[in-house]
Amino acid sequence: MHRPRFRWHIAVFLAPAVLVYTAVMIFPLFNTLRLALYSKVDQERVFVGLENFRTLFLDPVWSEPFWNALGNNFWFFIVHMLVQNPIGIALAAILSHPRLRFAALYRSAIFIPTILSFVIVGFAWKLILSPIWGIAPSMLDAVGMKSLFAPWLGKEEYALTTLALISVWQFVGIPMMLIYAALLAIPEEILEAGEVDGITGLSAFWKIKLPLILPSVGIISILTFVGNFNAFDLIYAAQGALAGPDFSTDILGTYMYRTFFGFQLQLGDPHMGSAIASGMFAIILIGVCIYLFGIQTRMRRYQL
Amino acid sequence: MSQARANPVNAVAMHGALILYTLIALFPVFVILINSFKTRKAIFREPLALPDSDSFSLIGYETVMKQGDFFLYFQNSMIVTVVSLFFILLFGSMAAFALAEYRFKGNMLMGLYLALGIMIPIRIGTVAILEMMVATGLVNTLWALILVYTAQGLPLAVFILSEFMRQVSDDLKSAARVDGLSEYAIFLRLVLPLVRPAMATVAVFNMIPIWNDLWFPLILAPSEETKTLTLGSQVFIGQFVTNWNAVLSALSMAILPVLVLYVIFSRQLIRGLTSGAVK
Repeated sequence: MHRPRFRWHIAVFLAPAVLVYTAVMIFPLFNTLRLALYSKVDQERVFVGLENFRTLFLDPVWSEPFWNALGNNFWFFIVHMLVQNPIGIALAAILSHPRLRFAALYRSAIFIPTILSFVIVGFAWKLILSPIWGIAPSMLDAVGMKSLFAPWLGKEEYALTTLALISVWQFVGIPMMLIYAALLAIPEEILEAGEVDGITGLSAFWKIKLPLILPSVGIISILTFVGNFNAFDLIYAAQGALAGPDFSTDILGTYMYRTFFGFQLQLGDPHMGSAIASGMFAIILIGVCIYLFGIQTRMRRYQL
Repeated sequence: MSQARANPVNAVAMHGALILYTLIALFPVFVILINSFKTRKAIFREPLALPDSDSFSLIGYETVMKQGDFFLYFQNSMIVTVVSLFFILLFGSMAAFALAEYRFKGNMLMGLYLALGIMIPIRIGTVAILEMMVATGLVNTLWALILVYTAQGLPLAVFILSEFMRQVSDDLKSAARVDGLSEYAIFLRLVLPLVRPAMATVAVFNMIPIWNDLWFPLILAPSEETKTLTLGSQVFIGQFVTNWNAVLSALSMAILPVLVLYVIFSRQLIRGLTSGAVK
């Protein structure tokens, strides 16, 4: 038998995508991990092993902002999980009601914040919450809660939560859409069978629909996780690279940006920046692995 | 469901909840837009009032036009978005076709390799990307952004498009081969037209994140000539913080193009999101 001819067209079809993807995404990714093992000494790049990580985790000048950013990042994620995803699921549950009118209109309107850039969202909320303009206090005044107002973005204890809620406001559309799709995919017969047994309305949601859409809840959780641990833009747009007040809104993305790009008087350090990026990579990888091997496989049995 | 049919209170509660949330979603956008057309005084005195003949003013827009090069920024954003989408769709569909159509050694592995990027954000590699762009002289050019966005968009594009291409009937392709069409002609003339809806979905998914990105323009192309609209408005607003008219107008001008795009493509986007293209 002849050896099969090499099918050139397969290579031609694959080459552009593989080349661009490898050169601009995969190679820099590993190169960044490699750069984390180097340092600059007298204008020369020298291999220092895990020294940068030791600095990052143990030298208080580096480790304090790092743990601060990591902790803030976890809080940022928790707020999304506790607020964004339940609201998204609730909205989707209402929207998927078969007899609801104007569902398409609501859906499109609620999705609008998601298409806006972080710059717009950050500044728009900054203006609205600003005590100078006074929209937020006067609105609270209208419902008799003026005393609750505080310059939320300017107070250390509230700023991060406020920003997380702004981000929730922006992205609630995504879980809403994905859950909505999952709810529409539930076969009518299952719901009818439930109805025969007297399970309707809210209890149908809790007992039948929610268990069936758990895989989609898993997907939105991991999407939220990756998105949050990679976030930067909103904080930068609203609070600047210094993530004020007093670094209380600093997350890993802004910390990495300041470190490798430099700010004010501090010079940029690409090697420490790479070390932080490697940390982010590890966290995202752990998250994705927990999802793939711990959650997704276990949820399979609920699938239809 | 039958309960809701019998119970109008339920319907009212559902509409009430949806209307409330719609208001929350639209209120900030609305406030920014109406106030951008008002005089400085009116912005502060009656922030929630619509502009009337007394309070109407375009002073903010005039400042923006004079001070910022918004047309250039807009053009840059346009070029970067359109060219990146073109490459994502072209390269993505080619690779998807190879993976979906041919059985070859390493097919599975190649698919997995290309899918890695769906979950891992390209931003992690920023330090090395910047170094590479500096070394190749691409820094502060639109090409740097186009390359990055193309690489970022490819994994999901290949994944979605190959799913769709597997559904194209084999008989059609066999018939074309009998007729002597080359593999390239089959791809271009037969398969591509059939997966157009999937291509539209991929385009819409990628369009918004590319247009709105702040990170890469800030790091790879911050020069005046290559600023995108997102970065341009960020810098402009940063400089004019105290000029409320200018800031509100700049925000409105940044909102408008996306809003127009959304109105045009929202059906496609929502169909894509709800058809389970992302799973």
